[in-house]
This record gives sequence, structure tokens and C-alpha cells, in this order.
Amino acid sequence: MSGLARPVAGPIVRPPIAERLAGRRERRRTVDRAWRGLALGATIVAVVPLAAVLLFVAVKGAGALNPDLLTKPPKALGVGGGALNSILGSAQMVALGALLAVPAGILAGVYVAEFAGAQAARVVRFASDVMVGIPSILVGIFVYTILVLPFKQFNAFAGSVALAIIMVPVIARTTEEMLRLVGRELREGSLALGLPTWRTVVSVVIPTGLTGILSGVMLALARAAGETAPLLFTALGSRLVNVGDFGKPMDALPVFIYNGARQPIAALNEQAWGAALLLVLLVLGINVAVRARSWARRAG
Amino acid sequence: MMEVNGGMAIDTATAPPPAAGVVDGPVGLTGPAAESGPAPGPTAAPDGSQAAGAAKLEVRGLGLYYGDFRAVRDATLDIRANAITAIIGPSGCGKSTFLRSINRMHELAPGARVEGTIHLDGIDIYGPDVDPVDLRRVVGMVFQRPNPFPTMSIYDNVAAGLRLAGRHSRAELDEVVERSLRQAALWDEVKDKLRAGGTSLSGGQQQRLCIARALAVDPEIILMDEPASALDPIATLRIEELMFELRGTYTIVIVTHNMQQASRVSDFTAFFSMDEDRAGYLVEHGPTPGIFTNPREQLTEDYISGRFG
Amino acid sequence: MTALSRANLLLARRGPRRADRAFVAGTRISGSLLVATLAAIALQLTISSWPAWVAFGADLMTKTIWDPVREVYGALPFIVGTLASSAIALVLAAPIGILAAIYLAEFAPRRAAPVLTFVIELLAAIPSVVIGLWGLFILAPALQTTVYAWLIGALGWIPIFRGPSFGVGLLTAGIILAIMILPTIVSISREVIAAVPDSQREAMLGLGATRWEAVRKVVLPYARSGIVGAIILGLGRALGETMAVTMVIGNGQDIPTSVFDPAQTIASKIAVTFNEASGGLQTQSLIGIGLILLVMTLLLNVVARLLVGRVTRGPGR
Repeated sequence: MSGLARPVAGPIVRPPIAERLAGRRERRRTVDRAWRGLALGATIVAVVPLAAVLLFVAVKGAGALNPDLLTKPPKALGVGGGALNSILGSAQMVALGALLAVPAGILAGVYVAEFAGAQAARVVRFASDVMVGIPSILVGIFVYTILVLPFKQFNAFAGSVALAIIMVPVIARTTEEMLRLVGRELREGSLALGLPTWRTVVSVVIPTGLTGILSGVMLALARAAGETAPLLFTALGSRLVNVGDFGKPMDALPVFIYNGARQPIAALNEQAWGAALLLVLLVLGINVAVRARSWARRAG
Repeated sequence: MMEVNGGMAIDTATAPPPAAGVVDGPVGLTGPAAESGPAPGPTAAPDGSQAAGAAKLEVRGLGLYYGDFRAVRDATLDIRANAITAIIGPSGCGKSTFLRSINRMHELAPGARVEGTIHLDGIDIYGPDVDPVDLRRVVGMVFQRPNPFPTMSIYDNVAAGLRLAGRHSRAELDEVVERSLRQAALWDEVKDKLRAGGTSLSGGQQQRLCIARALAVDPEIILMDEPASALDPIATLRIEELMFELRGTYTIVIVTHNMQQASRVSDFTAFFSMDEDRAGYLVEHGPTPGIFTNPREQLTEDYISGRFG
Repeated sequence: MTALSRANLLLARRGPRRADRAFVAGTRISGSLLVATLAAIALQLTISSWPAWVAFGADLMTKTIWDPVREVYGALPFIVGTLASSAIALVLAAPIGILAAIYLAEFAPRRAAPVLTFVIELLAAIPSVVIGLWGLFILAPALQTTVYAWLIGALGWIPIFRGPSFGVGLLTAGIILAIMILPTIVSISREVIAAVPDSQREAMLGLGATRWEAVRKVVLPYARSGIVGAIILGLGRALGETMAVTMVIGNGQDIPTSVFDPAQTIASKIAVTFNEASGGLQTQSLIGIGLILLVMTLLLNVVARLLVGRVTRGPGR
């Protein structure tokens, strides 16, 4: 309507302002509102599953949460007993896995952030990005072939190693990110004083980035605590309480849940819900604590 | 209402005499605006043409806030039609904020608030009947850093505004694109590569592309926020020449921190400064020659001669 | 004590040079160990599955019978199950995820956006086995009696919607997968959308566009390659997801012809069968299909990283 028959120079003929501002764009306005409504709806849909899962885990799990669940191992025959074997098993294997993974992961992160040349850094970073995305069941198969098959014995050590392999890339990545964030400001200051790089790293940069690195470790631990598949072919699982014998099979909370869910016995299903509540409280607790702190730091 | 400050030479040969007392739209549209302050007068002839010198925009008691922070305090001035008005002043005194209140971009910022009124040809642009989306077709904007759309060709960049309005006919788009690019003095340089990406041009060309893009939707007012500050001197000169050419057809308001540019280019100048609580305020305004050779306020004199309090 | 004064103090102490070199060497070893582990996984899976490849060749991927008695193994039903369940997951999760990301990045109230993003990302932290538990006992029966019953009633004449439904099956697995990859898609898409420069939005709004028009015409094209990367990363995650899928996919043996049929993915087949396989050809075949899964997820991960990395450097392809 406007802008058609206008020459470049000369007297201008325009439709009056009032008309142009009168807003004959009902359709565009409706489309705008419709899409924005859809986008809001999609967000709600994205949030609902979390609420639903947490709700049912809380409700059904609370029903099954009794002292027996936490303090007794499963009964040899029939139903009853608890998940003591799994709780202790998870604690031990995650601990041993962390013992292996935390130093290795932090050092690898330090390497990429501080000492590696551009090419080496790219390679290691690529490898850790890929390893974060590997299906954990394949890690389980790998550890099976090297730590179970040769000894013809399922064992908790293999389980710990599998968890460690899953944790290392996560820890390495967060360590590297933390160091890059921290290092920039401090590095220049201390280098200007003549301090060698490694000294700067160990005594200045790492301590400053420690909270961030620890957060990364916590998140890795939470992830390892929730893994099932890599344990199925390594530590296998066991109804017996195993404390300290890493040469034999050991149970874990996720394995307990999986097995309990598969049985056609209601009482065992209920125990699975109870164990799930425990696991969710642990994992989400760590996640909320870690992420809430970093959110607060970013927003503040 | 239509005050012509002494000493201003208006080229009356190209401007039809203002027809006072003629309203260019149903009075009802001004709605609540009619109650606020002195009734803003109709200034346009029935055929939409306007005298250079008539007030296109009437700003009254404008206060602009970001949350609790007041960025602009109590601004009152007229912007003349078909002329170039320069807004000058030190950094942080609300010049850009003021500019962005004219096309209602200010309210997009979080916590943004507006007090006072702005009337465009007698219509309160913040009135309930005015949709900001419509307003922004009538009041165009060119930004400090050229921002052509990188995922669109030169042609599509210029046509973007038209397509928004639902014009898709090839013939119409072709014509408007060419016209706009000619107006922006860019046609000859890009006519053979209209399909090339929007970002394949030099900085100065990109800015002229952005100007063409703004012209294509046929605005009446063009706002420019330091349009040449990111460009080299030669590109800057071309932008200034362009502004001269556009002046008779469009009302131009330009924010600039470059005083020489303001004195070269503009017909009117408004000088903003900042008070103790960092609120910007209008110190004085008037025809450019007067402001630069004989300002009324000491603060203006200080700024222009490079002194700061 | 400030960092600089701490540094000053350290300058005074001069430790043995050997410690320096040992430390750096230690980090280098760790870095190499990481890369070596990745290579070792790929290598070991190949070696361990070699006899199966020798025995069957491409038949391992194209034949449909998995028979431990006759020692003949074809994994086509599992490959189909993997692809089909992931496809369903993408079809459901991509539109919802992208729309949610747009809402969070563009339209959500400033205070609400970080909280909502946080909540959605929290979903990604829930262990797969817990989601499987919920899916098996809550979601599947609920879907069976409501949505599926309606679908079968209305569309059951179309082959892929042929009933009956047992609650568990291909579609349920797809839905569970969609729920699990949603946080990935939302989180990454939101970041790339938020990274689009404000000057672009302003330019479009300045021309008189509505907020949605600005998103559709400028923001989305700019962020396109990053969003595609997010979807591919989601796909990679869906392919490798094991426990939740195993618990709701129904442990089927044949190629599913209806979405309500029980099915099996590569990961779920391995999870269910690996420990009963007696270590011979069957185990090797299972490792073989695991290798296929590894290759698929590796490729997807590489492509996704390339795409997402590109957005932070410039506008979409």
C-alpha cells in the first residue's frame, strides 16, 4: 500500500500516520501470541516428566523405606531383608573408582589447560569429549574382557575400574574448564614475577579453582553412583554383603533396583522403589548442591 | 506550536505552506493523549506532505528509567520534520536511551519504564491504540555497528521488512529493493551481486545496506545511533552525504559523539548532559549554527569548546 | 592473602627442579592415558568380536535370527529397534526441545528462566535405571490404558499402529528416550540461541517485526547449525541409552512391525543376554554389535561437536 508509487525525489505522498499506526495486523499478532504460547507449553511439557518421576519415587519409595531396607541384606530365600549389600557395595566401588579417577582426571585436565601444545590439547580434549558420550555398557564390556575374562571371575575391582573410566573424562573436562577460567588472570600476574608455570599451577591456580574442581568431582561421583550397565558384566551383583573383597562380586544400588524391578514379586518391586528413593536423594542432592552454588555464583 | 527560531533558513521552494488546523486522522485515535498537557497540534496537510520546520515529534516531560535508575530526566523538545536533528553530549547522558524511546525500543530492556509523552503528528506513540510493532515501521532505526543479517543475501536484507508486512510479489520487491539501494547510494556497487551474503560487503557498505533496509519499509522518521562511529573517515563522509540527500524526504534524528559531525550535518541540535545522580537531561536545543556559535547555556559552551566541569 | 603475594612468597623458596619435571610428566601421562583408554576400548571391542565377524561377516547386521542353539547370530531386529526407538525419540523431543529452548532464551521472565533451565537439566541427572523403574510401573500401564487404547481404536487399521499393546514396547521405549534426551536438546539449543548477538534481534525488531518473527527469521537461522548439533548429540545419547530402554522395550526377538510391538535395541540385547552367553560365539557376536553401536555414537559425537563448536564462532550454515 505504501511505498509503491513514490519517486525518489520530489513531493512525497504518504498515507497519513494515523492509518499506519492503526494496526491492521491482527493476523501477525495472533500468530505471534500462538507461537509464544506453544513455546511456553513446550517448556511445561519438558518440566513435567521430572516432576512425575520425582513424585512417584518419593511416594512409592517412602512406603518402602524402613530400617530393614538400610540395615539388612536380602534374604537368602523368599522376600524380606534389605539392600545393605547394595548400599555398601555402591559406597565401596564408587570410592575405589574415585581413588583411581580423581587424580588421573585432574592431572589430565591440568595437562590440557597448562602444559599441552595446541595439537596435543586438541587430541586429549577430543578424546575426553568422546568418552563422555560413550554408552556405558560398552565400557562394561571393555573392562569385562580385560579384568573379568582372564580371571574367569566377576569381581568388584573390575566394577570400580569401569566406574573410574566413566568418571575420568568428566573430571578432566571440568578441571580444564576451571583452570582456564582461573588461570588467565592469575597466570599473567605470577609469570610477570618470574614464577615458572608449574609452580603457578600447583600453588596458585589449582587452589583458587579448587571449588570448581571439587564440584566437577562431585558431579562425576553422582554419575558413577547411578550407573548400572557397566557393573552388570564386571561386579555382577550379589545377594551377599561384601565388605572389602574386591576380588569377588559386589552389589550396587542401581543393580539392586534393576533386579528388583524385573521380579514378578510385588514385595521385591517395592524394595526397588525404596532403593530408587535412596539413590535419587543421593544423586539429586549432589547435583542440586553443586549446580545451585555455581548458578548463584554466576547470577550474583 | 510551530516555532521557527530566528536565523534558520528554510528552503521554502520545496515545502508547501503548512496547512494549519487540518487533522490527518480521526481525532478519536489520539484518545487519552488529548488530556495530557498542551494539546499537540496537527501539523500535516491532507496529502501527508509536511513543511520542513513543522514539528514532527513533540516530546513532553519525558523520563526514561531502567528499573529504579533514571537515565533521562524530564526532556521536552520538538523534532522538526524533514530536517536533521543531532543529539550530542558526553557518554552516559542518555542520548541513546532517548533515541530508543522514539521507536519504543527502550521498553524492550528489562525493567524499562517511560514517563511523559511523545507525540508523532499529534498521536501519542505510547497510547493504548498504538502497537510498537506498527510504530517501528514508521520510525526506522540504524544502529551503531552495521548489523546486516548474515544468513540473508543483500537482496533479502533489504526486502526483509517488506516480507514482514506480507509483500511477497517479486515485481514489487524488485522495485523497492532497487529504489532503496539507490537511495542509500549503494545500488551501483551491489547491483550485480544482489544474491551475495549480507556480510560480504565492507563496513561502510554494510552500514549503507542497513540504511537501505530501513528505507525499504518507507518510514517517516529515521533514527541513527552513532551510525558512522564504527566506520573509517571515507565511509563516514559517504554516510554524511547520504544523510543530506535523505533529509528532504525523511525526518532524521542522529545521536553522535562527534561534534564536528553534528555541526556539519544537522539543522537542529540538542545538547544533553548528566547531573549528579547520573540522570541525563536536556540542557538546550535549537538551530545548529546558534548552538555552536552562540549557545545560551554555559554548560553547552564548555562542552563545545572541550572543557568539562 | 592475594594470589600475587602468595606468588611472591613462593619465589623465595626454590624447590628441586626434578619435582617440576616429574609433575609435568605426570600430567602428560594422564592425558595420554585418557587417549589410550579410548583407543583401547575401540581396539579391544574389535579384537574380541573378531571371530564373530569372521564367522558371519555382514550377516551379523543383516540377518534376523539370533539363535544360541544353532549358533547363528543376526542382529537386524536389534539394529532396527535401535534406529526406530531413537527416531521416535527425536520426532518427539526435537520440536518440544527447540520450542522450550526458544521460550527459555527469548520469552521467559528473567527470574524464571534460570530456575526452569536448572530444573530441566536436573532431569538429565536422574539415573537411567530409576527412569526405567518409573517407566515400567507407572508410565507404561498409564499409556496402555489411555493413549494407546485410543490410538489403537482410532488408527489400528494402519499397520504400524496395529494392537494389541502390552504397555511396554517400541513406542514406550521411544517416549522414555524422548524424555531422557530432552534436557540435552533444551540445554544446548538454549545456549546457542542465547549466543545470537542482540544486534541481530534489534535490527529485525527495528524493522517492525513481532518477537516471534524476529526469532523465526533471524535468530533461528543464525543458530541453526548449533541446534542441529544439539539434536545430533541427543540422538547419540538415545542410541546408547541402556537401562531405561531395557526395562520398557519388552524384550522382543523379531523386527517390530507395529509401534506397540515388543522390541529390542543393541544396548538392551547386550544388557539382557551378555551374562547368559557362555563366552563363545554368542559373546563375541554381542561384542560385535556393541562395536557397531560404538561406531555409530562416535560418528555422531564428532559431527555434533563440529556443529556446536561452529555456532560460537559465527552464524549458521
